[in-house]
Amino acid sequence: MTTRRAGRLCAPIVFAMLIASGSSHARDLTVVGFGGSLQDAMRTAYFEPFSKRAGAPLIEESYTGGIAKLKAMNQSRTVTWDVLQMDENEMTLACDEGLLEHFDWNGQPNAADILPQVKAPCGVGAFVWSKVLAFDPAKTPGVKSWADFWDLKRWPGERGLRKQARMTLEIALLADGVAPDKLYETLGTKAGVDRAFAKLDQIKPHIRWWVSGAQPVEWLAAGNVVMTSAYNGRVAAANKDGRAFTMLWTQQLYSADYWTIPKGTDKLVAARDLVAYMTSADAQKRFAETIPYGVTNNRASALIDPKIQPDLPTAPQNMAGALMIDTPFWVNNEDELQQRFERWVAQ
Amino acid sequence: MTRMASTTETMAGTSALAPPSLSSRAKARMVSVLLIAPLVLFLTLVFVLPLGGMLFHAVENGEVGGALPGVAAEMRGWTGEGLPPEAAYAALARDLKAAYGEPRLGEASRRLNYERAGYRALLAKTARAVRAIDRPQAGWTAELTAIDARWGEPATWAALRRASPSLTPYYLLTALDLRMDDGGAILRAPAEERIYIDTLGRTLWIGFVTTLLCLVLGFPLAHALVSLPRGFASVLMVCVLLPFWTSLLVRTSAWIVVLQKEGVLNGLLTRLGIVDAPLELVFNRFGLYVAMVHILLPFMILPILSVMKGISPSYMRASASLGAHPAVGFLKVYLPMTLPGVGAGCLMTFIIGVGYYITPSLVGGARDQMTSYFIAYYANTTINWGLSSALGAILLACIMLLYATVGRLIGVGRIAGIQ
Repeated sequence: MTTRRAGRLCAPIVFAMLIASGSSHARDLTVVGFGGSLQDAMRTAYFEPFSKRAGAPLIEESYTGGIAKLKAMNQSRTVTWDVLQMDENEMTLACDEGLLEHFDWNGQPNAADILPQVKAPCGVGAFVWSKVLAFDPAKTPGVKSWADFWDLKRWPGERGLRKQARMTLEIALLADGVAPDKLYETLGTKAGVDRAFAKLDQIKPHIRWWVSGAQPVEWLAAGNVVMTSAYNGRVAAANKDGRAFTMLWTQQLYSADYWTIPKGTDKLVAARDLVAYMTSADAQKRFAETIPYGVTNNRASALIDPKIQPDLPTAPQNMAGALMIDTPFWVNNEDELQQRFERWVAQ
Repeated sequence: MTRMASTTETMAGTSALAPPSLSSRAKARMVSVLLIAPLVLFLTLVFVLPLGGMLFHAVENGEVGGALPGVAAEMRGWTGEGLPPEAAYAALARDLKAAYGEPRLGEASRRLNYERAGYRALLAKTARAVRAIDRPQAGWTAELTAIDARWGEPATWAALRRASPSLTPYYLLTALDLRMDDGGAILRAPAEERIYIDTLGRTLWIGFVTTLLCLVLGFPLAHALVSLPRGFASVLMVCVLLPFWTSLLVRTSAWIVVLQKEGVLNGLLTRLGIVDAPLELVFNRFGLYVAMVHILLPFMILPILSVMKGISPSYMRASASLGAHPAVGFLKVYLPMTLPGVGAGCLMTFIIGVGYYITPSLVGGARDQMTSYFIAYYANTTINWGLSSALGAILLACIMLLYATVGRLIGVGRIAGIQ
């Protein structure tokens, strides 16, 4: 190979390396969500207005949960995420492992307006979501509770549930008549877990397991399942697109997702600004009006269009008989219960 | 593969033609060592080291020793019977005070929670409570037991003792559905928690069936590709390669569209009156095989094709002219010559096939999940990297064993195409 040819070959590589190293210095603020219709709503309500106001670009990424990438970034000291949406479970675990910045609640703007239940050491509540029983009233009219989900005689057909122990065991116990306030007490015993699995056994051949939040709504639309558990926002988004699915608010299971800041980001100030913006009343009002998830800022609730209020998980009439997911319970027991669940599913 | 074959041939050829002198041979060897040095370095950096690191994760156990060094040392000196001495309780209290709020305590909690559910909350609660105690009134044994009665249970301490050494068999045992009980004996896991051996068996079986189906479909297709007229063969070749150039997710999702209950195929079958009710074609083993065979077929066809291209048609003509029936000629003359390609294709299809997890999770049913699903689950979702590595190591060991067996039966050289 002649020198000139070598030079010609190397030039693009050197050039690419220069670009790569240059861009890593001038990294823009990066926010990471769970994608789909949820992130579309965040873009409209939060990301675009914030970027316009700050006069700086905002990079978006999406992921499907899990704290492995966060841990890998932390260990290799190349943190490229600045603000991250997390579920409560994973936030708690990541916080314990020192992967997240701690929030100083004294210095936090909006601190007085945020619901006290969603002020965590390493995160602030982003929104309240709910898992509901969804069905097509044209095909299966009259469904009223999780117990009806088990009634294969009256409503034959496949059922959709998420392929994980968390929430599925709760649904089984709710269907078996356990009261929401006694649920985790029951699930904390071996007999309670056996009872949940025995209940699931009754409809096991008719369950179709979903893994991503978009699947249950697609399956319901395609007729693969006649009823399913689903996130309320996804069902609402499908209804906006012309579907007419019914959501069952009684016995809804709800929890919050959080905004967190990965430890080691070099954009801490900007990241805090963004989180403060996303927990402000005006921004949350826009968010809830785009996708009907519950807000975490008390003042935002009052601002939201009254027409939308009944669609929110946090509306008083929707909270009757609702079950709040017990995160500390799952943080302690998920390893064991998930393994038993995986085995049971594969049998 | 073909390149490897030709290099060996040329090297063997030159040495047979003119045996070089000793010094020039040494020099040549030196040059070749220098030439492959970058390759060796590259392989070490990107292959041997990461793989070794991954395998080491399967036995690495530094979490408890790192966060609670004092009590970990006490556990080494303790017999493991009943409850440990006061010194162990005192060391635990000291360690918890020092590690309070530190990430390393979180890591140790995660590790201990694998041994015994609830340990995470127990440590958090105890660490918070001991900070308030400067001087224990009645000794740390009494204080800790007062904070939580579990500190008075031998099982709590047995779990701590098992998790304390710097290396552990825990992950490998778990990956084989085994447990170490409080006395240190190895037992099978409780029936409702046995899962990985079944999954491994299923993984190997799915890999085997997929390979067989690919062979049955791929062999005639490869033969057609070498014997058909050129224009037609190249169109067929594009059809074979097209899946290669399409994203895995797109291909898999396309099968869902085709095979689902209200999908293209069922619609066609019902309209033609062939079936009354739509068939269950996807979200089960059938759908999985269809999607996997479609994706893996090129890996079977290409090695067979490259071998078939090198087989001159005159062999078959010669066997016919010597009076052999075409079937006999095929079995005795043609088939043995294609075996290296078949071996390479089967091995490649099988090895790639057993690593699948996205396809089974999309088009398979609940009973069709493979080992890699758990590897990805533990690596990405729960950061249980130890169990993830242990499962990976066991899958790797199975593949190596299979490779060695096939290698012994057919000969590694023949599979690799260098003989």
